[in-house]
Amino acid sequence: MSEEIVPILMPKWGLSMKQGTLSSWLVEEGSEISPGDEIMDVETDKIANAVEATDGGLLRRRVGMAGETYPVRALLGVLAPPSVPDSQIDAYVASFEAPVAEEEDDGEPVRLFLDLDVGRIRYAERPGDGIPVLLIHGFGGDLDNWLFNIDALSEAGPVIALDLPGHGQSVKSVAAPSLTTMTNAVIGLMDSLGVDRAHLVGHSMGGLVAGRIGIDRPDRVASLTLIAAAGLGEEINGAYLDGFVSASSRRDLKPALVHLFADQALVNRSMVEDVLKYKRLDGVGAFLEAFRDALFPGGRQAANLAGDLAGIGCPCHVIWGAEDAIIPAAHARAVEGATVIDGAGHMVQMEKAAEVNRLILSWTTG
Amino acid sequence: MARTLSMMAAINEALDQEMSRDPTVVVLGEDIVGGTGSPGEDDAWGGAMGVTKGLIHKHPGQLIDTPLSESAYIGAAIGAATCGLRPVAELMFIDFMGVCLDQIFNQAAKFRYMFGGKAETPVVIRATCGAGFRAAAQHSQMLTPIMTHIPGLKVVCPSNAYDTKGLLIQSIRDNDPVIFLEHKNLYDRETDVPEESYAIPFGEANIAREGRDVTIVTYGMMVPYSLEASETLKSEGIDVEVIDLRTLSPIDLDTVFESVEMTGRLVCVDEANPRCSIASDVAAAVAQDAFGSLKGPVAMVTAPHAPVPFSSALEDLYIPSPERIAEAVRRTMGERPS
Repeated sequence: MSEEIVPILMPKWGLSMKQGTLSSWLVEEGSEISPGDEIMDVETDKIANAVEATDGGLLRRRVGMAGETYPVRALLGVLAPPSVPDSQIDAYVASFEAPVAEEEDDGEPVRLFLDLDVGRIRYAERPGDGIPVLLIHGFGGDLDNWLFNIDALSEAGPVIALDLPGHGQSVKSVAAPSLTTMTNAVIGLMDSLGVDRAHLVGHSMGGLVAGRIGIDRPDRVASLTLIAAAGLGEEINGAYLDGFVSASSRRDLKPALVHLFADQALVNRSMVEDVLKYKRLDGVGAFLEAFRDALFPGGRQAANLAGDLAGIGCPCHVIWGAEDAIIPAAHARAVEGATVIDGAGHMVQMEKAAEVNRLILSWTTG
Repeated sequence: MARTLSMMAAINEALDQEMSRDPTVVVLGEDIVGGTGSPGEDDAWGGAMGVTKGLIHKHPGQLIDTPLSESAYIGAAIGAATCGLRPVAELMFIDFMGVCLDQIFNQAAKFRYMFGGKAETPVVIRATCGAGFRAAAQHSQMLTPIMTHIPGLKVVCPSNAYDTKGLLIQSIRDNDPVIFLEHKNLYDRETDVPEESYAIPFGEANIAREGRDVTIVTYGMMVPYSLEASETLKSEGIDVEVIDLRTLSPIDLDTVFESVEMTGRLVCVDEANPRCSIASDVAAAVAQDAFGSLKGPVAMVTAPHAPVPFSSALEDLYIPSPERIAEAVRRTMGERPS
């Protein structure tokens, strides 16, 4: 079989994705594709997003049909140079091995647990050479907030993502949770994994955690990427925080969650249900209340790192969604050279994953 | 790593975790330990289906094998609840509630009301329900409507292992009597279930599937059947929303109305007999409060007004099937049967 033939496969976004629906092709047969081009829209029961090409080349065949559902890693298209005859492409498509439903998937970031001082911490790790990228989610989030980032970032090197204390599948009983609880957990995880230095990428409250570590422990930080980060100004959407913390039903939670995205249609039943499943766990309600009150008392941000970050030794980058309804995009101005992305809300790393991934990679591999 | 559990294992885990959390939680029923007091028989069985197997060794003193007298031990559980315990009593089959009904509907359900709100009865009565088990007319009934009819009782009937664990924990923590009905044919079905404890609040339906054309309102075993029918209908271009009520009392009619306001079409699916059923209840509520949204008549898919047959061929015809559900949906879409 010609090595010049490159398949386009159904992507796998996160642990639970088994199949996806090819909503539409964004490129025609016969067009030249570059890595990073958006080539199709894919929808899962959790989320819809554009898929970008991992490889470049001439799109010879669109195998996947718009509107049809395919298992992850199913063959959706074929890239090959013009010199490869059609018959060879036919043979390639015909002999392509349909993916078997595997329990242990090599391509999947492995979910692991570690016992730190604060309690049990869940993290995901993608191996590789070099300084790892360490992803820190925001208030009420978990490592699946990096669904569209982990794979892309791991192409260039190791990636680690964790559930902070009180979040995801990490320990829920946290006495007097504070910013220090979170920075200690991140440093503790790095110690346990033998990671001396990392590129810290923090979203929202996770950006505050990353920034705090960058200031306090510059020896552990290779670079900072702060995405729609807390800690760069006083304003924050207190009504969102209160709504998120108090909601115990789908009907109450959804109106809060839609503020996270520029495209509110992204907040579907499954996303709301996943957050509810987290919020129903014993201890989460008390944790979120205490943590909100510690970090954002009275609907304002208690910590402002902007002054300290200005004199920081390592590179510090800022990304924001222009339509952020949680923390105003104006806070991006606290750091010079910030990138503000149009058409994205607070969850800019999901809504504009391709652009965010490219930016992070340009900073961490430069 | 996501972990899956069967509904049966989810019940066991919920009981286990709640007994650990609160020593006043006690579990009692026929054979739930497997022969208390008989040497060599300890934990032999763990209930008629083995749901409580293994719990006696983790919680000695919190599980009690009772005599074969539902009247006695359901009454004892209710009495203990009024005196500070949180008993979970297992009735092997809901069909047996006849012999202990006074304790349930005239005592437990009425205490809070009769004593001016001063009495609380935090008892859970678990029972299996439903047909399809080849267990004939006296062990196969879907008696949800009878329990739902009685004010003062909360009635739960989950459709999957995740909901089962969260709703059973909520039932145990709730301060009112809860009838917790477990469909036998769902016992082996697995879903992702968190290892941590969690409670699902009563009175919030789950939208098991989002759709724009027709609303199916259902619960229990009929949820997977309705989802199966929805998949068939999808290929015909009909987009079905499936609402899993989860709790029948309290009932989340707001979610039903919101959905019907969007779709304009309603199919009520209920494994119970049709008269005075959950299906007729929901149909009546929509006719009364959301009539203006309806584009056509409401359809109901239920068992017939007859006892559950023992003949397996007849029992299969008796239980609403995915095919019958799909047919009813097509009817509401204005299609004539071919």
